[in-house]
Amino acid sequence: MLRMDRPLPPDLKLRADFPLLAANPGLHYLDSAATSQKPRAVLDALRDFYETANANPHRGAYSLSVRATECYHQARVRVAQFLGVRDSDCLIFTRGTTEGLNLVAGSWGYANVSSGDEIVVTALDHHANFVPWQVLAMRKGARFRVCELTADGKIDLDFLSGLLNNRTKIVAFNHVSNAIGTINPIAELVRLVRQKTDAILVCDGAQSAPHFPVSFDSLGVDFYAFSGHKMLGPMGIGGLIGKRDMLEEMPPYQTGGDMIEFVHDDRTTWNVLPHKFEAGTPNAANAVGLAAAVEYLDRIGMDRVIAHERSLMSIAQERLALIDGLRIYGPAPAERSGVVSFTMNDVHPHDLATILDGEGVCIRAGHHCAQPLMRRLDVPATARASFYVYNDESDIDALVTGILKAREIFAYVET
Amino acid sequence: MSRPETSAELSALYQEMILDHYRRPRNKGVLENADASVEMKNPLCGDEIELQVAFAGDGVTDLRFSGRGCSISQASASMMTQLVKGKNRAEIDSIRNRFRDLMLGTASADDKELGSLRALSGVARFPARVKCALLAWNALESALNARAS
Repeated sequence: MLRMDRPLPPDLKLRADFPLLAANPGLHYLDSAATSQKPRAVLDALRDFYETANANPHRGAYSLSVRATECYHQARVRVAQFLGVRDSDCLIFTRGTTEGLNLVAGSWGYANVSSGDEIVVTALDHHANFVPWQVLAMRKGARFRVCELTADGKIDLDFLSGLLNNRTKIVAFNHVSNAIGTINPIAELVRLVRQKTDAILVCDGAQSAPHFPVSFDSLGVDFYAFSGHKMLGPMGIGGLIGKRDMLEEMPPYQTGGDMIEFVHDDRTTWNVLPHKFEAGTPNAANAVGLAAAVEYLDRIGMDRVIAHERSLMSIAQERLALIDGLRIYGPAPAERSGVVSFTMNDVHPHDLATILDGEGVCIRAGHHCAQPLMRRLDVPATARASFYVYNDESDIDALVTGILKAREIFAYVET
Repeated sequence: MSRPETSAELSALYQEMILDHYRRPRNKGVLENADASVEMKNPLCGDEIELQVAFAGDGVTDLRFSGRGCSISQASASMMTQLVKGKNRAEIDSIRNRFRDLMLGTASADDKELGSLRALSGVARFPARVKCALLAWNALESALNARAS
């Protein structure tokens, strides 16, 4: 279980570690659920790789290439350790969560789903964990089913139970909702799905890996995808973690260099894990950057990361609730990660975001790549503030000031 | 970091006339016997508009819009319907081009031809919002092209 009860002053005093934030004292970055800022340690690691170890991994007979290979390997081991994967070869580096989920859909899905089978996703899912399964179902003639939510924006477990049957092949869900912050009860979901089906469980971890301790080996899911750029790492790197026996049975996702063993004119054999799923020159520098990011997070301690976000969120929740006409979406704060999704009267979220920008406050306004969810909440868009390690109470002050300003600007009523 | 939105610029953006059209949109609803109907969305932000147009020759005799979006997209649509009703293709093209120039910051806000649309001149200072102001106009262009072909 997550520990969320530890009271902490909501300031980890880390802002100086983040060059972009340090250079812009008036900037209040509240869009970390979209992408996080990067600490100097990560930027240094990238530069260091290119300045001291750059060569094509797995290729050269010379020592520089050996060093690049070793850096890339160590990065994998370090990230696997962070996410609780003992067998680090089962962590495939990808461009991010989206590619990880497409890998499962394109490889396991195409090999194992047939006409008449069923694939289940939830209405909480981001398009990246929705569309690949929808497309797979359409191509295979399988049935695509969407699990409905409770009124407060949680997966409706009774509804899910009713969807599951012996034709269910895949159940995909997110660990944490990017749009409204719901933390899903993975253990319960796993129990329910395993009890009623032989389906594989695919977890979108884009919003959990950055924010609280995750141990893949004890999650009970078959696949877990995550993005480096949301957890202080560089853009363009992330991973897919899977169970060894399944990864070994799966056909390759992309083919080309590095993922092969022997190539004959009439056939090709595949390399071992993880290389089988990493065709082409790997993004070694960004993997090294991601390893530096998880090192930085571990030094803070993931228990402290989530405790910090929760104290900020509860302050934000309290202060926003005092604003007349402001409505917050999603479950109670105790069941959310550091995300506050809201609307205010008839002020459209885009207008709110423009006015907040004037106060130096960066929030996301829109459908958060979760149109099926927005339709169910019956709003075209919401405004979303999301917190991370570098935020403190002054960011909430600026958020509240900006919202009050928007109220004032929109106070005009035709008489 | 440069933040262009000073208070004055925000006030210029959210003029009373814009808020008035946002809260009390003109020609909003469904047009019976429309000759063309165009649906346009901005998938990035979720703004959507359905524009229905009735023609006589190449002139717009009536039009209505429905949909939802931010104050800029709704006000722009509302003002557009008032301004183009009763005009022919050439006249509408002229207004549309002038308005586009205004949004891109290459035309003066003093252009009398633009009528109430001049209230949207503040949008030019907010590049992320220009697409909101142009959504209805893109829908109209599409309806006019469909009519012409």
